[in-house]
Amino acid sequence: MRRAISKKIFYCMLFSLCSILMAMIPPYVSPYTIILLNSIFMYIVLTVSWALFSGPTHYLSLASAAFFGLGIYVSAILGEMLPLLAVIALGGFISFLLALLVGLSSLRLRGMYFTIFTFGLSELIRHSVQWWEVNKTGTVGRWVIGVDHTTVYYVMLGILLITLATTYAIKHSKYGLALLSIGESEEAADHIGISVNTLKIITFAISTFFMGATGAIMATRWSYIDSSIAFNPLFSFMPVLMAIFGGVGSIFGQILGAGVLTLLADFLLTKFPYYYMLLYGMILVVVVLFVPKGLTGLKEELKRWREGGSVNPGRKDGASIHPE
Amino acid sequence: MSLTLLLDILIGGLMMGGLYALIAVGLSLQYGVARVLNVSHGEFIMLGAFATYSLYILFGINPLLSLVVTGPLIFIVGFLIHRTLFKRLKRLSPTMDAFEGGSLLASFGLLFIIQNVALLIWGPDVKGYSYLSKTVSFLGALYAANRLVALLFAILIGIIFYYFLKRTRMGKAIRAAAQDVTTAQLMGVNINFVLGLCFGLGALMAGIAGSLTSMMFEITPLIGLPYTIISIIAVVLGGLGNILGSLIGGLILGLIGNIVMYIHPGLSLIAYYIIFLLLLLIKPTGIFGK
Repeated sequence: MRRAISKKIFYCMLFSLCSILMAMIPPYVSPYTIILLNSIFMYIVLTVSWALFSGPTHYLSLASAAFFGLGIYVSAILGEMLPLLAVIALGGFISFLLALLVGLSSLRLRGMYFTIFTFGLSELIRHSVQWWEVNKTGTVGRWVIGVDHTTVYYVMLGILLITLATTYAIKHSKYGLALLSIGESEEAADHIGISVNTLKIITFAISTFFMGATGAIMATRWSYIDSSIAFNPLFSFMPVLMAIFGGVGSIFGQILGAGVLTLLADFLLTKFPYYYMLLYGMILVVVVLFVPKGLTGLKEELKRWREGGSVNPGRKDGASIHPE
Repeated sequence: MSLTLLLDILIGGLMMGGLYALIAVGLSLQYGVARVLNVSHGEFIMLGAFATYSLYILFGINPLLSLVVTGPLIFIVGFLIHRTLFKRLKRLSPTMDAFEGGSLLASFGLLFIIQNVALLIWGPDVKGYSYLSKTVSFLGALYAANRLVALLFAILIGIIFYYFLKRTRMGKAIRAAAQDVTTAQLMGVNINFVLGLCFGLGALMAGIAGSLTSMMFEITPLIGLPYTIISIIAVVLGGLGNILGSLIGGLILGLIGNIVMYIHPGLSLIAYYIIFLLLLLIKPTGIFGK
């Protein structure tokens, strides 16, 4: 028990130290670094909030783009009327409300059905917005009010810290355990008195709040947006890939995965702009095939191998894209 | 609404439906039997379309004749993809859920790879050629000849495949695997071969559909995904693992799409999505499900 408490205090101190350091960075680095850090923060938030729900429960959601895009549209529509922070909060809140609706309606769906439902929903929103813009308002795309990169940086850092703190708190509370037990066996969780549906919906909605808020601030990065930019399905897949790449089970793994892959994407985009998506597809296949437990899982496997165990990735090992 | 207009919409819908049925049966083999929700399914349609296009433009080979070359090639590609990728993934995954999630992500990887290779080869521009595009009169309305040919072809392949499933040993093995992979294996079915075969046949049907598509519509390397979505919807509509159900699901979707298209041209994709989401919510086991 004592060890657990001291570990918690250690993490808290590390967390505060890192946040203070990150907050002091902007004056000393180039604008390019700031922009890159902004994308890294964005993907960390998307990944961590995706994994907050989908990680323990094994409900693979592919609707991140819907909530992220909703935040972008809130920013594009209301950006001129409201102060920045209000827009961001609203972006998060509207995503939260939509997620409640989605959660309520898709309660019966499990496994693959939930996944394709979320993907279909995301695409439905994209096409509906597009149709509406072409046929009703007659405008395809919108201008977004610009915000300088340092402001975006501080806001993004703020959202990131809140996301991490919230996720950590939920994960290490009784609710975190309850979510894990839902992932293990939903019926059993129900029988021991966990209100499965409420917990699932609320967690899902909380996780989308951060996605919407991130969309609202990151919208200022593009000066021009349309439905295919805002609801790009890539925003649904990136978080999943990043979480798996780093290791779905731990927040550290998710941060690592998002950080490494964003840097890699930036590198590929600048060096091989024409082959970017091709290489990205290859990475996706390789990751699923060869590092199904992610980077953090690789560490464990290495440890086991050193201790003389078998690393033969057969069925017995239980190599899986899901955390143990 | 006059009777000719109604007939016009119905026949037009059946023509699209025939194409959809073909790709839906293909996906049904991959998803219903091999359990891979292959989101790169549409990319094989695109590959088939571009292969036919290139053979026609470069060598003047008849689009229907080129199926003899492109068909087996796409079948082998599909078979090999299952052999190298999904078989290994199946071995790695501890549970069916883990396998389905992993294979979904891997097939998204395939989607990006195939699509971008196609973009590098053929470029992003819209391509098309004219073949059998003169109109013929059919039941009192005018249709492009290639559409009728496509419908006939889809029906023909449907019948051949139906007999393959019902009358041959291999077909029986596929039906057994569709019902229960583990039991089929226990009964002596060489399951990895059968699943690979299903995957290859799925790719083959997508390839054939692609060839037919290239005769009727203009093509770009990005045409795949909407077809994938349509086939996923058709498969869920017909019920997972029910191959004949997918065929009927495809026909129904084609009809609905054509009716919606008549009301408002831009709305058909949105209509598909709405049908899909409602279906998932109300009856996820499909219209023929229990």
